[in-house]
Amino acid sequence: MEIGHFRTVIVGAGPAGLSAAARAAAIDADNRTTAPSYVLLEGFALPAKTIQRYQKGKHVMAEPGYLALRSDFGFAAGRREVVLEGWVKDLEQRKVNVRFSSEVMTISGSSGRFTLGLSSGDSLSAEAVVLAIGLGGNPRRLNVPGEDRPQVQYQLDDPGAYRDESILVVGAGDAAIENALALAGHNAVTIINRGAEFSRAKDGNLRDVLAALNDPKRRVQCLYQARIKSVAAATGEGGPLEVTVETAGGESRGNYHRIIARLGAEPPRKFLESMGIRFPNERTDSVPELSAQYESNVPGIYIVGSLAGASLIKQGMNQGYDVIEFINGRNIDPADHPLLACRFQGLPFQRPVEESLQRLKTVVPMFTGINALVFRELIIESDVVVAYPAGAAYDQAKRKLTELTAADPSGRAAERATRVVREGDVIYEAGDFSTSFLTIVHGEVRLESPESAVPTVLERGDFCGELSLLSGRPRLDRAIAGRGCVLVETPRRIMLKLMNSNEEVRKEIDLMFLARELQRQFAPRASVGRMKEIAARLTLRRYKAGERIVTEGEAGASLFVVRSGGAALFRGGNGAATLVSHVQAGQRFGETAVMGDPVRRETADAVVATELIEIGSSDFLQLVELGGSQVKNLQQRVSEQVRESARMGVLPDAGSVLAFMMREGLGEATNVLVIDETRCTGCDNCERACAETHGGVSRLDRRAGASFAQVHIPVACRHCESPHCMKDCPPNAIRRAESGEVFIDESCIGCGNCQLNCPYGVIKMAYEAPRKPSLLSWLALGRGPGPGEQKDYRPSAAAKAIGAKAKKCDACIGLPSGPACVQACPTGAAQRIGPAEFAALATERQQ
Amino acid sequence: MIFTGILSYRGYRYLWWSLGLSTFAVLLFASQYASDTARGNTWQGYTLGSIAGTGVLWLGYLGVRKRRYAAGGAPMLGWSSAHVYLGLAVFLVATLHSVAHLSFTIHGMTYLLLTVVIISGIVGVYLYLTCPRATADNRQGVSRAQLFAELLDLDRRARELARRCDPRVAAAVRSAVERTVIGGGALAQLTGADRSLFLDPDRPGPAGEPTLASNAEQRAITEFVSSRIPRGDKRAEVATLQQLLPILFRRQAVLRRIRRDIQLQSFLEFWLYVHVPLSVGLIAALLTHVVSVFLYW
Ligand SMILES: Cc1cc2nc3c(=O)[nH]c(=O)nc-3n(C[C@H](O)[C@H](O)[C@H](O)COP(=O)(O)OP(=O)(O)OC[C@H]3O[C@@H](n4cnc5c(N)ncnc54)[C@H](O)[C@@H]3O)c2cc1C
Ligand code: HEM
Ligand code: HEM
Ligand code: SF4
Ligand code: SF4
Repeated sequence: MEIGHFRTVIVGAGPAGLSAAARAAAIDADNRTTAPSYVLLEGFALPAKTIQRYQKGKHVMAEPGYLALRSDFGFAAGRREVVLEGWVKDLEQRKVNVRFSSEVMTISGSSGRFTLGLSSGDSLSAEAVVLAIGLGGNPRRLNVPGEDRPQVQYQLDDPGAYRDESILVVGAGDAAIENALALAGHNAVTIINRGAEFSRAKDGNLRDVLAALNDPKRRVQCLYQARIKSVAAATGEGGPLEVTVETAGGESRGNYHRIIARLGAEPPRKFLESMGIRFPNERTDSVPELSAQYESNVPGIYIVGSLAGASLIKQGMNQGYDVIEFINGRNIDPADHPLLACRFQGLPFQRPVEESLQRLKTVVPMFTGINALVFRELIIESDVVVAYPAGAAYDQAKRKLTELTAADPSGRAAERATRVVREGDVIYEAGDFSTSFLTIVHGEVRLESPESAVPTVLERGDFCGELSLLSGRPRLDRAIAGRGCVLVETPRRIMLKLMNSNEEVRKEIDLMFLARELQRQFAPRASVGRMKEIAARLTLRRYKAGERIVTEGEAGASLFVVRSGGAALFRGGNGAATLVSHVQAGQRFGETAVMGDPVRRETADAVVATELIEIGSSDFLQLVELGGSQVKNLQQRVSEQVRESARMGVLPDAGSVLAFMMREGLGEATNVLVIDETRCTGCDNCERACAETHGGVSRLDRRAGASFAQVHIPVACRHCESPHCMKDCPPNAIRRAESGEVFIDESCIGCGNCQLNCPYGVIKMAYEAPRKPSLLSWLALGRGPGPGEQKDYRPSAAAKAIGAKAKKCDACIGLPSGPACVQACPTGAAQRIGPAEFAALATERQQ
Repeated sequence: MIFTGILSYRGYRYLWWSLGLSTFAVLLFASQYASDTARGNTWQGYTLGSIAGTGVLWLGYLGVRKRRYAAGGAPMLGWSSAHVYLGLAVFLVATLHSVAHLSFTIHGMTYLLLTVVIISGIVGVYLYLTCPRATADNRQGVSRAQLFAELLDLDRRARELARRCDPRVAAAVRSAVERTVIGGGALAQLTGADRSLFLDPDRPGPAGEPTLASNAEQRAITEFVSSRIPRGDKRAEVATLQQLLPILFRRQAVLRRIRRDIQLQSFLEFWLYVHVPLSVGLIAALLTHVVSVFLYW
């Protein structure tokens, strides 16, 4: 059935879609239109499915604090229920034209005449489409006959709602396991696992499900290598569904009350591509190409919200508002306009914001091709740094800026203001763990390296900092603001996002990385231009953790420079291989192969996901030639290495050290807590120290974790070179201190993404623990529970209202005497070390 | 070297301090004899007493310092090292202060307490140096939780196999699993005593029913099952028993490791229950001693 024709159809009633619809309603009211010119379509029966799915009572945060909300709907931090109720009220009050349970299945046609097909079979047409469908995607379906029965569910809201039922849980991921275990309390549960094991599950869940399956008292069983073949109405006892299950042993049929399928989500990308929307590359996290008005490459289709790269609610709502204004021909300044103004106000030359923005974009060749929206975000999220000559000019600029920021009562201006420095000030120091990326827009920046006497001078359009950005290694040189310097300093997260959405930027940065790496390694005196030529010919190779890179004895005439990750080198075949060394980002191996011995002398395995630059012998010779006097050094280093590996070669059993390091992530660790089992008395003072220095919640689990050669690796953060946990933290709350510690700041919204992303299970979600009486009153009067985390502490009402937040080790950045765990160990069993030290320790122990 | 121990901390720094303090104390003591008035109320006696007293208070402060986690300064390892070496020196100082006049008074009582605390301290150091390694050797990289998980798994498998056996065997195995005792009170933990029981079918009670017998070290049940194998009448049952036996032996080994682990851990824990309360008592006695010598002087 054709429902009607609208000027605008908004698909998805999440924060972005709601805000868009509210704006459209307001415009209709302004114009006194009788019939609504728009419709809001939502697949779910209620608004904002993503938020409906947050855990009950979750505290929804209104980050980023610096951004003002621009929407006809309200939104402030508060409990999930309050936020949702507010929106339901807003929907009614503003008489928004919304249709629930109307999932859009197809969109076809072109600007001015789109046709949308709904899941109900109905259709409608529109001149413009706003897609605000978020990233949640739709749950992957069973795809078998009978799957549309009401007892086949793709979600479990309240496990307590079912009792004494027989339930099939389909899937082997974390969601399936958690659901199955929650249901097993009062129901008989059968897990249908397509594979032969639970390989996708987190460690904790894996342990729990195996324990439950082995426990005769729990009513959980699992069918491995099984799949559901069909679902039909049942006859007889045991539940309304008759389900046919296929296993390796054949088909079987049984009656059940319910099927809960947790098969993951179908990402919305396919859906978008079906309408002709283009993505810049194949990466799963890439954002479609969009104009400054949120229009995709298909004219008439607009995209807002998390699908357009706005990872938080407020940003999505602002975009929803703006997009409707644009569609209605109102050319407003976007909500982030004032923020940009703040960014630019300390510049020596004052221009209108949009013009300054345009200039920045054209001055830097790499930036010219960037999507307008992405570029705006880039500048908002980056610091704009300006250097003035020390003295009067600097003082005056500083004074002017203070006046300007003082004029803004909200204090937002100060936070986002231009950063004014003196010429000659250090922007980053060699050895810092900072990972920001610098783009020079005007003037110059000097790079001084401890290894070379002559500084490198960078000018307009150049950039630096790609090394730390790509490899997670600390800075190798010092960057100094030079004459008339204006630069954009971008945080790593934003830069990576940009690289994912723009192929040119990615290529340019990769190339520069290679060129500078070659220069540093082989020919410090040669020009970067020359190096770039060679770099363009080289190949970057990627390896998964555990993957073989080269095998001892095979022919090979190239050397490798580790760009990120790390590799272990060993000798002596597979049986009794002995570990020779562990190479990390910035180091190289395989040189003998290009120095006249084209046979691999060692086997190399990637210890973590690793990127290597492969250099063949002719390129190598050219590099050596350019490097001049370097040849001798290279040869000397190689002969040292050969001697060293001959020495290390006598140690037994490298394979097991390697496997252990890989499993425990030691190859990518920068700072890992190790406990010498031959000294640990099990007093738990380390854990108590951790809790007492971190608000009563310990970030380390001493008992848990694996051991090797009587060295125990407790469950605690490894401060990874490229932290997995940072990957999709919506408010960007996980950061790395210049001294290397990875920590989570106050802006954590408790979404739990980092917990899922950390492969080592070191992050926990916990409420703030209540305050305890002082140490002396415990010692003298026995008041309170004493030092350490109370395992069953009851959070206060206030702590509950704030919600559980991610907690993990911060290596005690705030404590001058260093990590409290190490400090507190009375026997010296606890220490913190890097991966190379671990390899050395383990081999030493094995002797 | 990544790890250093309590004794070797910073190249035995506190051993040298301790020897220095001891030498000073001995010289002082010698000078007291030279002046021929060897009593606690000479200036030498006062000095030695004061050093000993301050030393004891400082040694006791370790209990507070250990829990001031944000304190900074030297790590706890340094404090423990100093505690051990200087504790021994303090003992010498106190001995020199009081050696000529031991009696059954509050004064003598102070000295006695000090002695016991010091001895317990020495025992503690010995345990700290030996038990962790023994624990690690015993656990072989497996955590206690994993050992228990393995035990549970073996229990389940033993039960399942037992169900397929003759009812008498089944009852014996089930009872052996159910009546396995791990841990217990302080004494049981320290001695590693095993009070596991099982229903022994070879020892019938008045009504012919099996009675409880000791199954320490799981010896009785493994013997019982292995003795059944040659006597088994059905082939199927013999096969089941053949499967059951290695599981029971594995259980025995796991239980041994768990018990040893608990025992070693209890050594590390319980000596402090002597050392700490007595050191609190010592401080009380010391204060009384000081007050009393000033009052009755
Ligand atoms: C656990 C968790 C906690 C979070 N906490 C916070 C927080 O505290 N603060 C914060 O600012 N952000 C938070 N976020 C991020 C926030 O949820 C998202 O940024 C926001 O929901 C994105 O809004 P959106 O409108 O783009 O998409 P969504 O909210 O995902 O909405 C999309 C809507 O479209 C509907 N839809 C999808 N496909 C179709 C279709 N084909 N037809 C019709 N309808 C369709 C969906 O049902 C859904 O209702 C959190 C995220 C998670 C996962
Ligand atoms: C560990 C610490 C100490 C121990 C074990 C200790 C023990 C003793 C003993 C056993 C005596 C002999 C008492 C007697 O004659 O019967 C004594 C005497 C004495 N002690 Fe201590 N003492 C200690 C610390 C101190 C301190 C801190 C002071 C005061 C500063 C002190 C002052 C004295 C004096 C003055 C005497 C002589 C009393 C007399 O002659 O009657 N002692 N002490
Ligand atoms: C007067 C003498 C002493 C007093 C008052 C004293 C007191 C204490 C106290 C209060 C603790 C802290 C226990 C805890 O809180 O967990 C402690 C620990 C300890 N003491 Fe003593 N002690 C004394 C002498 C000694 C001596 C002589 C030795 C060794 C030779 C010793 C060895 C130890 C050891 C090994 C610990 C454990 C350290 C730790 O785990 O932190 N003590 N002592
Ligand atoms: S370093 Fe600090 S935060 Fe990390 S485990 Fe140790 S005590 Fe806890
Ligand atoms: S939390 Fe996990 S992923 Fe993040 S740095 Fe620590 S160990 Fe690495």
